[in-house]
Amino acid sequence: MADITKNEIMHIAKLAMLNLTDTEIEGYTKDMQEILAYAEMINNLDTSDIDETIGATKQKNKFRKDEVIEFQTRDNLLQNAPSQAEGMFRIPKVINT
Amino acid sequence: MELYELTVHELIEKLEKGEITSEEITKSYFERIKEKDGQVKAYVSILEEQAMTNAKQVDCDRKAGKMLSKFAGIPIGIKDNVCVTGTRTTCSSKMLENFVAPYNATVIEKLKAEDIICLGKLNMDEFAMGSSTETSAFFPTHNPWDLTRVPGGSSGGSAAAVASDMAPWALGSDTGGSIRQPASLCGVVGLKPTYGLVSRFGLIAYASSLDQIGPLTKDVTDSAILLNLIAGHDPKDTTSMEYEKKDYKGSLINDVKGMKIGVPKEYLGEGTSAEVKEAMFKVIKKYQELGAIVEECSLDVGQYASAVYYILACAEASSNLGRFDGIRYGYRTEKFENLRDIYKNSRSEGFGTEVKRRIILGTYVLSSGYYDAYYKKAQKVRTMIKNAYAELFKKYDLLLSPVSPTTAFKISEKMNDPLQMYLADICTVPVNIGGLPGMSIPCDVDSEGLPIGFQLIAKPFAEETIFRAAFTYEQNTNFREEHKPTFK
Repeated sequence: MADITKNEIMHIAKLAMLNLTDTEIEGYTKDMQEILAYAEMINNLDTSDIDETIGATKQKNKFRKDEVIEFQTRDNLLQNAPSQAEGMFRIPKVINT
Repeated sequence: MELYELTVHELIEKLEKGEITSEEITKSYFERIKEKDGQVKAYVSILEEQAMTNAKQVDCDRKAGKMLSKFAGIPIGIKDNVCVTGTRTTCSSKMLENFVAPYNATVIEKLKAEDIICLGKLNMDEFAMGSSTETSAFFPTHNPWDLTRVPGGSSGGSAAAVASDMAPWALGSDTGGSIRQPASLCGVVGLKPTYGLVSRFGLIAYASSLDQIGPLTKDVTDSAILLNLIAGHDPKDTTSMEYEKKDYKGSLINDVKGMKIGVPKEYLGEGTSAEVKEAMFKVIKKYQELGAIVEECSLDVGQYASAVYYILACAEASSNLGRFDGIRYGYRTEKFENLRDIYKNSRSEGFGTEVKRRIILGTYVLSSGYYDAYYKKAQKVRTMIKNAYAELFKKYDLLLSPVSPTTAFKISEKMNDPLQMYLADICTVPVNIGGLPGMSIPCDVDSEGLPIGFQLIAKPFAEETIFRAAFTYEQNTNFREEHKPTFK
């Protein structure tokens, strides 16, 4: 069983910008222990001479011309904003808080 | 025979002869939806008004002698993670419950160019994370063959809609089996194309190095037709490959003589149910009768595929889902005093249990101290799996295996055991890891009348080999004639 602790789960949740309840912490700790214990089977393989797969295909960087393309109107893109004002996304005050 | 029972190629024939109108076809689906969707619950959004208007317009244009695509007026159902302009695209998540897509996915642009009509958006596991469509934030979808069972997932709405004649065909997406496994559990044909064959632009991302959009259809011919319509390079998706356009309908040849099919023995072992195994042996026998050379082979490293999959897919998901912050679109919490509260509370309230589980797993395997042991190691094992497939395809044209180790399981049976749920994908994930094409073809039912599918896998961009073998099987067997969903 992977030795992942509740404290580690709390740390990970913080990195992932999630609040977890005590019950969730408890549950996810147990889940991670089980899932990672299973996943650790990959350590049985010798991969010393193997390259990592970086992309799904062998394709390298693809370049295109830097051209301006009309994409969407401002109104279209703002239609899904949870809060907006004067054509901008509205968020709480960030400076001096 | 009702219109909604026909395949798309049969509908096209009738449309071309002027025997039916698009309005009649489209109407028959909405009537069917009203009759059956209360039980099945495949649709998240139904676009009746818009679809009927479009159908009438197509009929009008056709009558006026306007040059139209032969697909004009054919309806389709779309998985709810594919953006359709002006319609809600929810990913079956509270996070995107009110998200109205401001643009079309490239696949939708391609279908609209043919005047194909969108019937509605289909239910799925939240953000495509699941194998049963139970993680949908709205409701679970039920299997039309047995309403107490899951349709599979994550494209469970798409598979159930096609199986119950509530759509003539549908689009799904497949990251670890999400087209093929529900196709198998619902008795329809499901194809995951080669990675890079179909544009992912406008598909809401789960794991970008594995995701592909593909068709769920009543038969193999419709699958080839729909792939013809959606495949092709797209400058908006840099991972979509530039290649010569193929006509997959040309691969629908009833002949497998001399074709070499390998059967990896690992997928017919302990984990696979006796009835599924028996069904596979019948398929193997049929292919041998038809002149194919079928041999046992080994994909030993395949046993690591699920471990690799859950590390890589969750890592990519944790990164992809970082964009949901409650600012530009999506759910925003009402409880906040500062920006950090918006991020944290919106995400915590907007994502469901399984999505959070995968974000945590993904963040963990990417975090300092664990990156090398899990993520990097898994990327190396991914290479080993790809190499093992490449070796097998030097010898074989196709590989054959089950799609799912069991038939459809009961609703809520696996919901409290994430690892068991993850292992439902054990026969399908290796194909995504390898970036290969794979298809589920219905072949039998078990003793309870639940459908069983078999999987054909080919080397990258060799979809035509799959189509040829699948078509040959279908032409020489009678699954659709002999078995129908019972809605029991």
